[in-house]
Amino acid sequence: MKKKAVISLRKVWKIYKMGSATVNALRGVTLDVWQGEFVAIIGPSGSGKSTLMNLVGALDKPSRGHIFLDGKDISLMEESDLAQIRGQKIGFIFQQFNLLPALSATGNVGLPMIFQGIPEAKRVERATELLNSVNLGERLNHKPNELSGGQQQRVAIARALANEPEMLLADEPTGNLDSKTGGEIMSMLEDLHTKKGRTIVLVTHDIHLVKHAERVIYLKDGQIEKVVKNHKRGHKHA
Amino acid sequence: MIRDYVLLSLSSLRSRRMRSWLTMIGIVIGMSAVVSLISLGQGMQDSINDQFQRLGTNRLIIAPGGEFLGPGTADIVAPIMDDSDVDVIRNVKGITQVQGALSKTLKVEFKDEIQFDSIFAFETDSDAVDFVESVGLFDIAEGRELKSGDKYKAVLGYNVANEAFDDPIEVGRKILLDDIEFEVVGVQKLIGTGIHDGVIRIPQDTLRELTDEPRKLSMIFALTQPDLNPVNVKAIVERELRKHRDVKEGEEDFNVQTAEQTIGQLNTVLLAVQVVLVGIAAISLLVGGIGVMNTMYTSVLERTKEIGIMKSIGARNSHVLTLFLLESGMLGLVGGLMGLGLGLGVAKLGEYLAIGLGASFFRMHISTLLIVGTLMFSFVLGMFSGAFPARQAARLPPVEALRSIK
Ligand SMILES: Nc1ncnc2c1ncn2[C@@H]1O[C@H](COP(=O)(O)OP(=O)(O)OP(=O)(O)O)[C@@H](O)[C@H]1O
Ligand SMILES: [Mg+2]
Repeated sequence: MKKKAVISLRKVWKIYKMGSATVNALRGVTLDVWQGEFVAIIGPSGSGKSTLMNLVGALDKPSRGHIFLDGKDISLMEESDLAQIRGQKIGFIFQQFNLLPALSATGNVGLPMIFQGIPEAKRVERATELLNSVNLGERLNHKPNELSGGQQQRVAIARALANEPEMLLADEPTGNLDSKTGGEIMSMLEDLHTKKGRTIVLVTHDIHLVKHAERVIYLKDGQIEKVVKNHKRGHKHA
Repeated sequence: MIRDYVLLSLSSLRSRRMRSWLTMIGIVIGMSAVVSLISLGQGMQDSINDQFQRLGTNRLIIAPGGEFLGPGTADIVAPIMDDSDVDVIRNVKGITQVQGALSKTLKVEFKDEIQFDSIFAFETDSDAVDFVESVGLFDIAEGRELKSGDKYKAVLGYNVANEAFDDPIEVGRKILLDDIEFEVVGVQKLIGTGIHDGVIRIPQDTLRELTDEPRKLSMIFALTQPDLNPVNVKAIVERELRKHRDVKEGEEDFNVQTAEQTIGQLNTVLLAVQVVLVGIAAISLLVGGIGVMNTMYTSVLERTKEIGIMKSIGARNSHVLTLFLLESGMLGLVGGLMGLGLGLGVAKLGEYLAIGLGASFFRMHISTLLIVGTLMFSFVLGMFSGAFPARQAARLPPVEALRSIK
């Protein structure tokens, strides 16, 4: 089976200018994320992981180089096209959960569908289904401040899946959770990969979490230091 | 789809309930002031038009000098009309009736209390009495109308009898006009205009004698034949009066007005007053709008992170713009709705108080246009005030918005 790239980065630079100083957050990163794979990006703080993640997630454009999504160069796209891409193809899971405080669990999961113009009945049905799948069937009408951290992150996972994205991007998803709850979230992501075949990009600085991934990309000072295939995991998957 | 955005905006407003209410107060106050002023003004205009409608439009009012504003004000200009003008007008074809009226301000005394009031005097022959009765502004509530043969008799306006003096003046009591004793034979109904309720009427001959002006008149009322256009009759009257008084066209020292002109003038004055008052009230709306703007700016700052989140899950700039515009529009709309209720309440209260004070023409008027207009205007005002903050929110770059702590 020929591998299909969900997203391809070619010699991507991200340069932040702060007054006279410039920060090269990414320095010529070339990377493909293949459909159905679980890839982890690991590196020390400040190595450019989040910057990379934002580019992969079409939240930002590169300073130099090209990023191709479905063969189209996103650096040439308008913000509204990028928003459309994020809404349809990418599901974000953040360290701080990032739920909207005014909305219930169902409301939060339904929100990405509102932006895609999906009618309410269908939204509620799908949101309920997704929340059930992350074991939150009993918490549908709870607001974020009425949920534990682990529960909030599960709502966020359900939200990320709302529009059947091509890839899930998780930036330190367990960073704000204790190790037990974090473990639950990780196995949930792993299940999404192994059982549902979802493409997952995980960003972390925790070496223990990368055991879940098939491929680990080591980032240092804005460059890819090495790529390690996790044969054990890869074998299991194959 | 817009329904979803409306519900989202509402949930966001609800989550900041206290601030939303406080923001709306500005709109509520401004809107209620505007609504009450407009509804009272419209009502007043309606009742004036009404009154004139009842009187009929076949009336001419001829006054010396400047423009006629109402009975009693002719004193201001030197009265330079007399019985000869009445004769001229009477001979104009198309005129069915002519009545001259004399008006003067005299010293009025009752139980040692002294005031100065305007005295209005028609003739007292049966034609004149019919005419006075037909006007409808001098209807008798108690006692009787003046009649021929009366000399030192007076009819009092409602306020003169009931309000002006410490004690009410009843029919049969005596008052002094320029130190001469008059018997009160009648008291007029409450009309609702200060001029008619504050008048004292005595026979014309008596007033002429008192003031030693045997022929002078303050103004002349004429009725035109109902099947003729009063404007045409007016032109003839003007021509004849010019001839009689020997003045050129454009240099008249008199003024002929049809009822329609008078009502038009009153309406113009009323409109001007209304425009000024509503204009002043509109300033508070401006302040209310600035309040909305301020709240929305604060909201954008506070919710930068939320905006980032929405963008990360697929919200386009236009979606964010819509959300924020709807939110500010809704602040305006709900404020306008409450302002409408409050304004109509205030107008009702104003009407009630005014009627209590004798101004029966003070009626509020509620039109659909006013209601729909108020709501639309307040929604648009809210949106307009929120436009800049909303644009700022929509344009936030997603990454930076997400990095914001709030
Ligand atoms: N908006 C910005 N403006 C200026 N510099 C930035 C900006 N965003 C990131 N940087 C810089 O780019 C570099 C990479 O930042 P990034 O957030 O990608 O690191 P990271 O690997 O995610 O670190 P952490 O593990 O602490 O989250 C850092 O040196 C950071 O200071
Ligand atoms: Mg980071």
